[in-house]
Amino acid sequence: MTSTSPAQPAEKHVAPQADHGDPATSLIGRIAEGRAWLFLAGLIICFEIWSRVAFGATFVLNPFNLQSIAIFAVAPLLLATGQTFVIISGGIDLSLGFIMGLAAVIAAHATNMAGAAIPLPLAMLAGILAAVIVAGVPGVINGLLISRLRVPPFIGTLGMFGVARGVAFLLAGGTTVPVRNSWFALLGNGRFYGVPYLVLIAAVFVIVMHYLLSQTRFGQHNYAIGANVQAARRAGIDIRGHILRLYVLSAMCAGLGGALYAARFTAGAAQAGEPLLLDSVAAVVIGGASLFGGSGTILGTVAGALVIAVIQYGLVFVNVEPFWQFIAVGVVIIISVLIDQAQRRFSGGRQDE
Amino acid sequence: MNSTDQNAPLLEVRNLSKHFGAVRALNDFSMAVRPGEVVALAGDNGAGKTTLIKAISGVFQPTGGEILLGGQPVAFATPQEAREKGIETIYQDLALADNLSIGANIFLGREPMRKAFGFLPVLDRKAMAEAARETMKRLDFHVSRMNAPVSNFSGGQRQAVAIGRAVYWDAQILIMDEPTAALGVPEQRKVISLIHQLKAQGRGVIFISHNLQDIFAVSDRIVVLRRGVQAGERKISETNHDEVVKLMVGG
Repeated sequence: MTSTSPAQPAEKHVAPQADHGDPATSLIGRIAEGRAWLFLAGLIICFEIWSRVAFGATFVLNPFNLQSIAIFAVAPLLLATGQTFVIISGGIDLSLGFIMGLAAVIAAHATNMAGAAIPLPLAMLAGILAAVIVAGVPGVINGLLISRLRVPPFIGTLGMFGVARGVAFLLAGGTTVPVRNSWFALLGNGRFYGVPYLVLIAAVFVIVMHYLLSQTRFGQHNYAIGANVQAARRAGIDIRGHILRLYVLSAMCAGLGGALYAARFTAGAAQAGEPLLLDSVAAVVIGGASLFGGSGTILGTVAGALVIAVIQYGLVFVNVEPFWQFIAVGVVIIISVLIDQAQRRFSGGRQDE
Repeated sequence: MNSTDQNAPLLEVRNLSKHFGAVRALNDFSMAVRPGEVVALAGDNGAGKTTLIKAISGVFQPTGGEILLGGQPVAFATPQEAREKGIETIYQDLALADNLSIGANIFLGREPMRKAFGFLPVLDRKAMAEAARETMKRLDFHVSRMNAPVSNFSGGQRQAVAIGRAVYWDAQILIMDEPTAALGVPEQRKVISLIHQLKAQGRGVIFISHNLQDIFAVSDRIVVLRRGVQAGERKISETNHDEVVKLMVGG
């Protein structure tokens, strides 16, 4: 076939352009990408020095501190993993906090009810399962609102924030629901070779979510949708189906968070996740995701959640008034976004030269 | 492509019309594209170029007339169907996901998977990078960093990625809507040379441009549209700028 094509006009080939692979750019890029882990390391060093100077005691080498920080980070981290997917797609899920509260109440009720009929360990599993599944319901509604009815994610999930909050308080009768199940209490407070079960569960869960985001089509399409939804649509990706699954996924992450909360405190509380919603967004942003969508990683979010947990726990440990936590977390968020902007500008200026 | 007659048209449009209510955006329009041929579509704004390519690429259905692909009449309900039949449209805004690599963009929506540890399905990034490298090489386009997101590349390089995707999926007809419009001069020449590559590979190209210089540099034939009807068709070797402009504005 090529033999039939007419002689090519004397069009000179333009030399291929060098792509910009100089080491300085990629080094800065790496630092910016890994900034959450650098923050974390910096914070730990600061608290270590502070602790030694002020009290002559170690901060980070104290296993009790490490355990406490890890447990502290579990619930925000579970919300933040779901939030990472949503933010990468260019959306946001404001309902996660109260979906977690709703799930905590459901977990408590379901465990108690099942405990009357079946053995306690099975009742515990039934309670967790019920919490995750019920949490999926507001997720389905969020997903349908956003994908079918084109409600902006901010507004759709804000509405669900209110609905989930109301339903959770109604189901809890306006109070906390105690759990009567020794297995559930053990799950929330027991340890395996010194590592709390909650931390183990969260670790396994995070690995699975990391796999989902970085190694599957679902994750790949999520990045594509966040960067250019038109391109994704033209490539034949089912955008509506993806968005629906996305919000169900994030709601179920919050559902698991709620179940683990109920295990830890042996009670379900509607307000369980209230302060955690913004922490989850903060963890994602500190972890390197852009609120405009298209970028972010689960590993970054893990670092972001740990940064917040270290600040909150560390400031208590060194005996600073708790209100400083808010200021410190806020400052870290702002610095993180500034680094992101600077990196974008730096690499942005080199695109079309 | 499989046709034994080298000169049989890859794509033929016969008496195509598209009416929007009383507006006749396209009226009784006919043209053909043969293997290895670049056909330029020219015309003023609103002349019906976009309507024509949207009808060919399945964005909407024509009111009348027919589209033949390799001699067979076809009708596309969606752009996906057109793409599956080998008609790829490369839009001005490129339709790339800027945060993904060249390979990931080529395979967007149909990513290859492999089994890690023998059981866990994971994205086969190596295969994607390999295919991307191979494809870009076929376009005489050399990129060293296959894992970098396409936002790191220049406008011409990104245009090449969009064309590379079409080539990888074996598109026989490429419709290019103003592929040089947003580019600097060296980049425009790179795209022109890419079109020569496509031609040499025996693909058919429909090339829409306002830039007569580009049209004359790359096309074999030019079809001029005016107010939805064909105002003229010329071989590039037998016409000149003045005549084309006259056809476009009418006179």
